[in-house]
Amino acid sequence: MTGHGALQIGLYLIALLALVKPLGWYMARVYEGAPVGVDRLLGPVERGIYRLAGVRPNDEMDWKTYAVAMLLFNAAGMLVLYALQRFQGLLPLNPQGFGAVPPDLAFNTAASFVTNTNWQAYGGETTMSYLTQMLGPTVQNFVSAATGMAILVALIRGLARRTAGTLGNFWVDLVRSTLYILLPIAVLLSLALVAQGTIQTLDSYKTAALVHPLIYDKPVTDANGQPVLDDKGRPKTQSETVTEQILAVGPAASQIAIKQLGTNGGGFFNVNSAHPFENPTPLSNFLEMLAILLIPASLCYTFGRMVGDTRQGWAVLSAMTIILALFLVMGFWAEQNGNPTFTGLGLDQTASHRQAGGNMEGKETRFGIVNSTIWASVTTAASNGSVNSMHDSYTPLGGFIPLFLMQFGEVVFGGVGSGLYGMIVFAIVAVFVAGLMVGRTPEYLGKKIEPYEMKMAALLILIMPIVVLGFTAAAVMTQAGITSTFNPGPHGFSEVLYAYSSQGNNNGSAFAGLNVNTPYYNTTGGIAMLISRFWLAIPTLALAGSLARKRPVPVGPGTLSTHTPLFVVLLIGVVVLVGALTFIPALALGPIAEHVLMVHPS
Amino acid sequence: MRIYLRPALVVLGLLTVLTGLVYPLMVTGMAQLFFPWQANGSLIVRDGKPVGSVLIGQPFDAPQYFWSRPSATSPFPYNAAASAGSNLGPTNEALVEAVQTRIDALKAADPGNPKPIPVDLVTASASGLDPHISPAAADYQVRRVARSRGMSEAQVRQIVAQYTQGRRFGILGEPRVNVLEVNLALDAKP
Repeated sequence: MTGHGALQIGLYLIALLALVKPLGWYMARVYEGAPVGVDRLLGPVERGIYRLAGVRPNDEMDWKTYAVAMLLFNAAGMLVLYALQRFQGLLPLNPQGFGAVPPDLAFNTAASFVTNTNWQAYGGETTMSYLTQMLGPTVQNFVSAATGMAILVALIRGLARRTAGTLGNFWVDLVRSTLYILLPIAVLLSLALVAQGTIQTLDSYKTAALVHPLIYDKPVTDANGQPVLDDKGRPKTQSETVTEQILAVGPAASQIAIKQLGTNGGGFFNVNSAHPFENPTPLSNFLEMLAILLIPASLCYTFGRMVGDTRQGWAVLSAMTIILALFLVMGFWAEQNGNPTFTGLGLDQTASHRQAGGNMEGKETRFGIVNSTIWASVTTAASNGSVNSMHDSYTPLGGFIPLFLMQFGEVVFGGVGSGLYGMIVFAIVAVFVAGLMVGRTPEYLGKKIEPYEMKMAALLILIMPIVVLGFTAAAVMTQAGITSTFNPGPHGFSEVLYAYSSQGNNNGSAFAGLNVNTPYYNTTGGIAMLISRFWLAIPTLALAGSLARKRPVPVGPGTLSTHTPLFVVLLIGVVVLVGALTFIPALALGPIAEHVLMVHPS
Repeated sequence: MRIYLRPALVVLGLLTVLTGLVYPLMVTGMAQLFFPWQANGSLIVRDGKPVGSVLIGQPFDAPQYFWSRPSATSPFPYNAAASAGSNLGPTNEALVEAVQTRIDALKAADPGNPKPIPVDLVTASASGLDPHISPAAADYQVRRVARSRGMSEAQVRQIVAQYTQGRRFGILGEPRVNVLEVNLALDAKP
């Protein structure tokens, strides 16, 4: 590991952890309905929304009502997003004149943004009008994140309340998350990004004269857009000169700020945060990486505060941070070691003050290896899924890291809200395992964990692997699934496994070589995303409802403390073991097999 | 059900206006007011016409220019209307062939260059629009550019140094050379 690499990793983790307490404290006040400062400005907006919507903010909901409200809101959001894409050709703010998005792609994209996944089967700058980008993805970036936060807060209330029948009001939690947490931070972050060079304009694409004209071989196509072949069966080309560069622009900064803060990840451009107009400098990169984990990390403190014991939040955060740090360093090491084939070609891959070295295929010069691999780990630990380098071109072990981080079920930070509620479920499993060892009824934060809770927890843990492995197996057994792979051999399998791991965990990053814009992948992927989001959200709320009704048991000498280093180790063990037992066989067929082939060719 | 439907639709509608229209338009307004050059693409203007963006690379294949990193955009490299990476896996034969072709092109343009070729100069960037090369990749090309322009290597090195950025605060990111700016500066030399 290079010194500069270690320094940047250290600085990143320190900056992140320093922000946890202030923001976590602030968010706890937002959910407790306390004054937070911004409410002086936005309070009238909040109350106006309730009045127009007919919401009485003090009316509390039981878990079923809370779930119905959440599902209806998301269903409405999905329909709007679908319609927006289908009719964008008739709507304004479409300077490039893009037509309707095809139905399967529009379904996949709508499912993707409503579930906080932001899987992108489309290229932003070649598919979507400015209006679609603003009213579709940007809006869902806010409200899908706020939905996750609302569900988390309901679960926290379930743990904190004693013999209560209700969990809060979904509309209030949704609106307050959006207005007081996501919106103010997003405004600040977008302006900071614009100052660094991220674009924010409603102009149409710009044209620049190339300094040196480019001559290239253009494939000849017939009237149907099919390539014309010459007598030898190769595609015919003709020499073409390019003298201008068309620069795709648009209102990017506002979307990027919220795509990072809300663990969404859907970029304005096809290559996401690798695009210099999305992520122009190392400083913009640092801010975006901080934004990815900012809210998931801080919510741990919010959790601790709301259950009346901040040590509980720090314990969960420690477990997350330790897993992340270990994987991050491994990924950095793998990519910095580079590609042995390149060494064979006589290339210089050594890191020095003159170059980043390492495996630079699919990476940007300004980010080098260290900032590409921090990002890859952070974006998959959180269910963000934005990328600043192309994961498909990573070395086998370098690509193994983001793949495996997703397969933990997006609980190592995870999505805003959804990550922590997933991790709390793992904590419940951990106390259950500990309870089995000593033969005592397990309890978590004073609540007895009984068969109903364990059934819900088991559902939460089992649904995701069934979705991921089931769809992967189906895809590699069908022609429609296999023809989409781009790279040969085990890497092609990794592409498919990555695609369903990403969608089945609402992450959204990709081994992007896989051609996923096909009816098969759009449909199956869309279904995977919807199942993983909502079939986990509903049992979580059921769990919250059941916990809220319980009477707390007093702490006794046999109670397992859930804020100690011992518990942190136990929690890490449960998360890693469940992930490894479920996915190592599949990983052996993909990245592990490819690594062996790479270091021992033939 | 109907009592839940009204809040679902109204809250969605109002939050759409707020986060989908007010928010991006407000940010656009503030961006255009405070950072107009950055918000509009950091364009380099010569004689009233844009010749590129500081942030977006351009293709160069003539010996008198520094070459940018390989770009995988389609149908031609550095197509800034359709960003793309190669997505070639590390063990893909096509990657090895592409890298070998680029090595051959560099060697043909500057036979006998004793330096090892830095990896970033022959591998495709993530965006296909990377405006930078590493200082090592610039070092490798100084001899060729100097010869074909009839300049001394020291003169070329001086221009390269002018458009070389270090790590931010000495810590963040990687040192890099802006290829478009260097080439524009070279062309501006009498």
